[in-house]
Order: sequence, then C-alpha cells, then structure tokens
Amino acid sequence: MGIPILSVITFTPLAGALLLLLIRKDQEELIARLALAVTVVPLILAFVLWANYDQAAGGMQFTEQHEWIPVLNSTYTLGLDGLSLPLIVLTAVLSFLATFYSNFTIKERVKEYFMSLLMLEMGMFGVFLSLDFVLFYVFWEVGLVPMLLLIALWGGPRREYAAIKFFLFTLAGSVGMLLAIIAVYLKTDTFSILEAAAAQPFADNFTYAATAFWAFFIAFAIKLPSFPIHTWLPDAHTEAPVCGSVLLAGVLLKLGAYGLVRIPLSLFPQVFGYYSIVVPILPVLAVISIVYGAMVCMAQWDLKKLIAYSSVSHMGYVLLGICGGAAGIYLGGDKLSSANLALNGAAMQMFTHGITTGGLFFLVGVIYDRAHTRELKAFGGLGTQIPYFYGMMLVTCFASLGLPGLIGFWSEFFVFRGSMGTIPLFAIIGGLGIVFTAGYILWNIVQHMFLGEPKERWAQLSDMEWWEKATLWPLVATMLVFGIYPTPILNLFNTAMESLTHTLLR
Amino acid sequence: MNLPILSIIMFSPVVGALIILALPEDRHTDIKATAAVASFISCLGSIYAFFAYDHTLGGIQFEEQMRWIPGLGVSYHVGVDGISLPLVLLTGIIIFSGVLVSWVRDHRPREFFAMLLLLVTGVFGTFVALDLFLLFVCYELAVLPMYLLIGIWGTTRKEYAAMKLTLYLLVGSSLALAGVLVASVASGLGTFDLLELAKVNFGPAFQAAIFLPIFIGFDVLGGLWPLHTWSPDGHVAAPTAVSMLHAGVLMKMGAYAALRVGVFLFPDGARQWLPWIIILTAVNVVYGATVAFAQRDIKYVIGYSSVSHMGYVTMGVATLSQIGLAGATMQMFSHGIMTGIFFAAVGLVYRRTHTRQIPELGGLVRKLPFVAVAFIIAGLSSMGMPGFSGFVAEFQVLMGVWHTYPIIAVISLVGVVVTAAYILRFTYMIFFGPLKEEFQDIPPTSTLEKVALMFMCAFIVGFGVLPQPMLAVIQTGVSELLAAIR
Repeated sequence: MGIPILSVITFTPLAGALLLLLIRKDQEELIARLALAVTVVPLILAFVLWANYDQAAGGMQFTEQHEWIPVLNSTYTLGLDGLSLPLIVLTAVLSFLATFYSNFTIKERVKEYFMSLLMLEMGMFGVFLSLDFVLFYVFWEVGLVPMLLLIALWGGPRREYAAIKFFLFTLAGSVGMLLAIIAVYLKTDTFSILEAAAAQPFADNFTYAATAFWAFFIAFAIKLPSFPIHTWLPDAHTEAPVCGSVLLAGVLLKLGAYGLVRIPLSLFPQVFGYYSIVVPILPVLAVISIVYGAMVCMAQWDLKKLIAYSSVSHMGYVLLGICGGAAGIYLGGDKLSSANLALNGAAMQMFTHGITTGGLFFLVGVIYDRAHTRELKAFGGLGTQIPYFYGMMLVTCFASLGLPGLIGFWSEFFVFRGSMGTIPLFAIIGGLGIVFTAGYILWNIVQHMFLGEPKERWAQLSDMEWWEKATLWPLVATMLVFGIYPTPILNLFNTAMESLTHTLLR
Repeated sequence: MNLPILSIIMFSPVVGALIILALPEDRHTDIKATAAVASFISCLGSIYAFFAYDHTLGGIQFEEQMRWIPGLGVSYHVGVDGISLPLVLLTGIIIFSGVLVSWVRDHRPREFFAMLLLLVTGVFGTFVALDLFLLFVCYELAVLPMYLLIGIWGTTRKEYAAMKLTLYLLVGSSLALAGVLVASVASGLGTFDLLELAKVNFGPAFQAAIFLPIFIGFDVLGGLWPLHTWSPDGHVAAPTAVSMLHAGVLMKMGAYAALRVGVFLFPDGARQWLPWIIILTAVNVVYGATVAFAQRDIKYVIGYSSVSHMGYVTMGVATLSQIGLAGATMQMFSHGIMTGIFFAAVGLVYRRTHTRQIPELGGLVRKLPFVAVAFIIAGLSSMGMPGFSGFVAEFQVLMGVWHTYPIIAVISLVGVVVTAAYILRFTYMIFFGPLKEEFQDIPPTSTLEKVALMFMCAFIVGFGVLPQPMLAVIQTGVSELLAAIR
C-alpha cells in the first residue's frame, strides 16, 4: 500500500474536527452531516484493512515509522496486528454509529459536540495503533479531554462530578504509567514498544520489573476497569450522554484491556504470570470484578447504572482471560494451548463487549428519549407495546449474557476453557458470574421492562424510528452472524495471540 | 550580525520609558502607544533573534562588548546562548502582551508604563548579561520598580505585599552579591566577566561554601521553598501586567541566575549541594499544588501554582543532566507563557466582575468565551497534557529526575494529579455553571485583549505540537553548559 493508511485512519477525524471549526455554529445540519461523512472514511478503511491483512503472515503490518522528537529518541511509529485490527474495526463502527445517532438527537452546542466526538475518535485510533511509548501516552491523554467535555457538557444531572472523577482517576493512573515508560526507556534505550518487548527489561531484577509492572497495570486497570479502582465508571456511564456512554463502554474500556496485553504482558510476562498463579492477586481482582460486579447489578434499578456495572463484570472476564494466559505462559509446556485459548477469549471478549454494550447503551437512549425515565420498576409490559424495541433489546441482552448462538457465548467460553487449564479455581468462581448475570438480565431487565401487565403510563409509547433501527441493526447483525460463525474474528485474534505466546516463551 | 540586536531589545523599553516621562500627564493614548511600540520592538527583536540563532553553531551569539568601568573590571558584555535565548523570547512576548492587556489602565498611566518598561529593561539585561556587575545592576533594576508598581497600582494589601516582596528579593540578591564579590576577588583576575571567571578553577571547599548563598540567594526569586512566601502575596497584590511579568518572567530570572552564576561558575559546589536542594523542589511541586487547591481567590491559586511549577525548573537544574536541564529551560519558557495567559485572563475577568473570589464567579464562558478558551489552554498545559508545551517540559524534567532520584519523580507526580484537580475544579467554577445576575451585562473581550491572549496561546500550542525549533536551541545551550562544567 502506497498510502499511509493507518495515519489516514487516525488523522481523518482530526482533519474533520478542524474543518468543523470553520463552519458557523448555527449551521447545525451541515455540521452533523459533515461529521458523519468524516467518520465514514475510517470505517471504510478499517474494512479495507481487514480484507488486506495477511493472516498467514501475521505480525505487525501496515507499519509506518518517521522521526518525531529526535531529542527524546521517540519516533512516530504505527502498526496493526491481529489484536488491534478487530479493535480498530470496532472503534470505526461504533464511532460511525454514534455520529449517526447523534445526528438525530443532539440539538445543543452541536458544533462542539461533533468536534469532541471526532477528537475522541482520533485518540482511540491512536492508542490502538501506536508502537512508540511516547506516542501511545500522547494519544491516551488526548482521548481524555473530549470525553471529559462530552460528559460535562451534554450529560445528566451529576455530570460535572462524574466528568471530573473520570478525568482525575484516569489521569492518576496515567502518571504512574508515564514513570514506568521512562523507567523502561532508561533500561532499554528505546521508546519502541516492540523493541522494548523484545528486550524484556528488568528480567533479571524482579523488584524493578514488578514495580514497573504494577505502575502499568494500575493505569490500565483503572481504565478496564477492575475492582477496586472501578468506582469512576458507574458515575461516568450514568451521567454521560448516550453516545458518550456508547464510546466509553464500547471502546475506551478496551484501551485498558488492549494496553494490558500490549504492554505489561509483553514486557513483563514473568511478573504477570507470577501474580496470576504464584501470588494470584490478579485473578482474585478479576473474579471479584466478575461476581461482585454482577451482584451489584442485581441491586440496580436504574437501567443505565445497571449496564454500567455490567461492564465492570464483563471486563472482569477479560482480565480473567489475560491472567489465565499469563499463568499459562509462566507455567509453560503443555499449558500453552490453554494460555492461547484464554487470551483468545479475552481478546474476543473485548470485541464482543464493545458490540453488545454499545448496543445496550443505544437502546437505553431509545427508551429514555420516550419515557424520560430509566427506573426499571416504573416500566412493565413493554413487550406488547413496543415489540421492535423488545426484540432488539432481547437479542442484545442475551448476547451480553452469553447465550450460545450469539456472539457473547464464544468469548466467555474461551475465557473459561482457557483459564480452566491454568487457573481452574478462579475459572470456576468466575463461572458463578454467569449465574448472576443471567439473574440481572432476566429479572431486572427483561421481567421488569417487558413482561407483566402493560401500564397506563406507557400506552402512548412509540416504537423505534428508522434511524434508531439503522443504528442498532449493524450491531445486532454482528451479534447474530458472528454468534453462529465466529471464525473470522477468532482467527484474527488467534494470529496475534499465538505469536505473542511464542515470543514470550522463547 | 551587524545590528546590535540585543542592545536594541534591551534599551528600546528604556528609551520608551524616557519618552513617556517626557509626555504630558493627560496624553493617555500617546503614552500607551509609545509603550506598545517600545515593547513591540523588543518583542519583534527577540523573535528575530530566536529564529536567527544558529543552533548548529551554538555558543554565545549576538555578542557585544564595550568598556564600561575598566577600573573595576566591569564591561558592557552581552550575548545569548541556547538557555538564555528562549527566556529573552519569553520576555518579549510577555511584555508586549502585558502592555496590550493594560491598555485600559487610566490611573497615572504615565508613571505606570514608564516603570513597567524600566523593569523590562532590567529583565532583558539579566538574561543577556555576560558581566556579573551588569547582571546585578539589571537584576536590581528589575526588582525595585516592582515596589512602586505594586505599592501604587496594586490591589489587595498592596503596601504589605510590595514591602514583603522587595525585602525578600533584596535579601536574596544581597546574599548572592556577597557571594559573587567574594568569588571575583578570590579569582585574582580583577574582572567581573562571566566567561573569564568560568575558566577559573576555584577549590572544592571554596566552591562548596560559595555556591549555597549564591544559588539560594538567586533562587529566592525562583520561588524555592521555603523562601517562596513573598510570591503569592506579591502575585495577588500586583496589577495584571505586573503579575504577568512577575510570575512569567521574573521568577525565571531567579532560576536562570542561580543556574548561570551558581552552577556555571561553581560546578563542584553545585554537585555537592544540589542533591539536597532537589528535596526542596519536590516540596515546591506538591505543597504548591496542594495549597493552590485550597485557595478561594483565583489569583492566589495561580500564585501557588507558580510556586509549584517553578519547582520543576529548579528540579530539572538540580539533576545536572542534559534532559533535566533541557526540561527545566523548556519549563521556564512554557510556564512563563502559561502563567502570562492565566494572569491576563484573571485580570480581564476581575476588571469586569470586580471580584476574584471563585465562589462568587461562574458561567462566564457565555460572556467571555475567548478568555475561557485561553484559560483552558493554559490549564491543559499546566496539567502536562500532551499537545501543549507544558508536557514537553515536564516530561523531560521527569526523565531527568527519574534517572538520578526516582523517589523525587514519584513524589512530583502527586503534584501533577493535584494540579489537574484544581485546574478542572476552578475552570469549572469560574467559567461554567450558572451565570450570576450581576454579570449579565459585562462588556466582552476587546480586540487588543484578544490579540494578547491569542498571541500567547499560539506559543503554548505551537511549541506543544512542534517543539523541535525550541528544543534544538535549548539542547545546544544545555550541552555546552554541561560540557563547560565537567
């Protein structure tokens, strides 16, 4: 490919935002349509990438490298592999759908809103594609401010509190990461993520390696989010505007998960493995996230807050899978195939959760637009009154729950199957999470919203509009199609995970 | 270089001041126009010098030397290198913006602008001086007009603040002067020339004894904890342009002089004392940020924020490493502009709302969107957000510190998070939320004010996105300094 396709994907949203800057702010329709057109470009390019990624060859492809800040020895390096490719597709799809949905729902400060969405999109792409630590950090931080604005300006009643809490929590993690990045640089003399991974810094000194590991881990665990540093998430998700929640849950959380695999797992596999199996702090956190997260969901009666906590629970599966993989790498030998399965499951869960939770938050938007409440106990019998919505919600909920035949099943299955081979106790406890998940999905949501007697209050509710359907269908179709035939995505993740485990094992 | 560009930069304000003093009291516009032109010449000159400096060649450039007081071994010797040049540029930017922001000042503008310009001559002189006597004269020239500027045109507790500031800085500079005199005599060279004195090899015990009073004496102006307490009161009481100069430039003068005289001339003494001094700088960073968080007066917030950010400067210097010193110099420039923006923004708000108490403000983004955006840009830079010059500076300082004193780096990060916290909180409380009844009719930002703000923001964003030109200059200066003190 002659054109630097990864740079184009990353910076088209920025170019779009700058273009929007020039438009007068009362030309709202033009702004909204233009923003939408801009998000089409990365969307198409993401699929082009998918078609052109050479799975047999694997590894980093479409790499670009240029001098950037020579005095810091930092280069502008982008690259894509089997792990980041599906996440890029996820980001592009959700950004496009969010922009599309916002075209119809955002009426206030339209220009600033779409500029923030586009800047956020750039930040997300940049993190997934960066192969230089400084560049990674820059894009990581760059994504914070647009999300802060999205929550603080277009959010719910407690938006300022939620926005600042989100920003400060993530920033606190980031500064620790910054120090760890500097430490790695001083040890390996390079800011290149791949070179640093190859160099395995501090492999001979467990204390240093562990310190750096924890600094990275905490930063990414805040974003994931993992118990006990997850408390920013319920507030942020609940108060964010619909599309803010979609992108926050759908993509931003994956930045943390992706970071865990790309950096601490690749640079400090022995430490990761140590804390996964010898002193299993990490799997403990994972299962607490899963089980406690799900139990808290059962006590939630605000639909948005419930879905927020479900994210804590579902991202716990990701952490469990990564731990299972790390444990397998640490143990070596025949545990490797389980490690691969666990990592594949974790990666797949990143993709799956993005699709299902993105869908759920869109659907929350749909119902809130009509009912102006998210109180689950206020609903009832909606199944007969708004059947289209019911259908979509049902599919999305079951996909989130992990029903076989839908996309969520495969990721959870692989996580459990893989972890069972390396950290069986935690896999079993984590499995309890499924029971509670079923509980809150079926009882809190399906039963209270859709079943039972229809209420007078909702007699006039209208079903989904064409544009709401158009937003949800791509996601629902993905849940169905890849639920039955997950191979294309699984293969992609597999190429990355296999090369990762092989490299880490030498 | 045929044009004596540095002298032009330095003396244009003084000439402007003299012209202004000759004008009748009531010709306000003429007075302000003269001030604007004089500062613009300096600003333009400093921008020209910055881009004309050949960083591949390095060394002292635009050098000028003239006999002055041969009997004392004093000459008029000026020049810039990679470390002082960014500070000259900074001064040019701040004084020009400061004059624009002060345009509406109508209480005795003649004396005000004359004092301001005189002060700036002193500042420029300190940065370009290569003769210690000249450096001192300019240093004092920068401090003494402060007393009048704060005492006459200031606000909250102005007499107290003016007196405190002046006394503190005079004590500090006397300490430094004593040290310098001793060193000059002990060298036996009979000269005050900086470059000549640098070649002398003072004994290690002598250096250890002389370094401390010189470094601390100068760094009082740099806001080193615990000798920083003149700064918040001074910041708050001073009128806007004076605060901009004070926090934006004067504090850098202190750190710069500490580096140029203390470290450059007495490196062995530096190596002995700096590992202790760096602990003080860590306190600067964290304590400054924490106290800033607790303030109700927005100017006090920025004052303590300056104490905190200047901590990074001395911290970088104390690492005595290439990257730490580069970060320190970048921080001097970046923080200077950033705090200039902060004080300008606050001044514009205060002029309209007549209050600086944060709980009394709110919703101002609707009336003063320009000011809000400038404030936010400065705020993001002060948090170390990538894309702004503050990140480039803090990143380099952290890299330098981590290498030698990792604990200090970890402690400083607490400062970063607290900084983000108070920036977010106060930005929200001042500019967002409901707009008070009494602020419904405040006048919008004037064109001159917009120009001043945009001018400063351009540098924060420009050098944040493309730091190379600035870094190239700084790197040259730092590597030469380090080579010289080996």
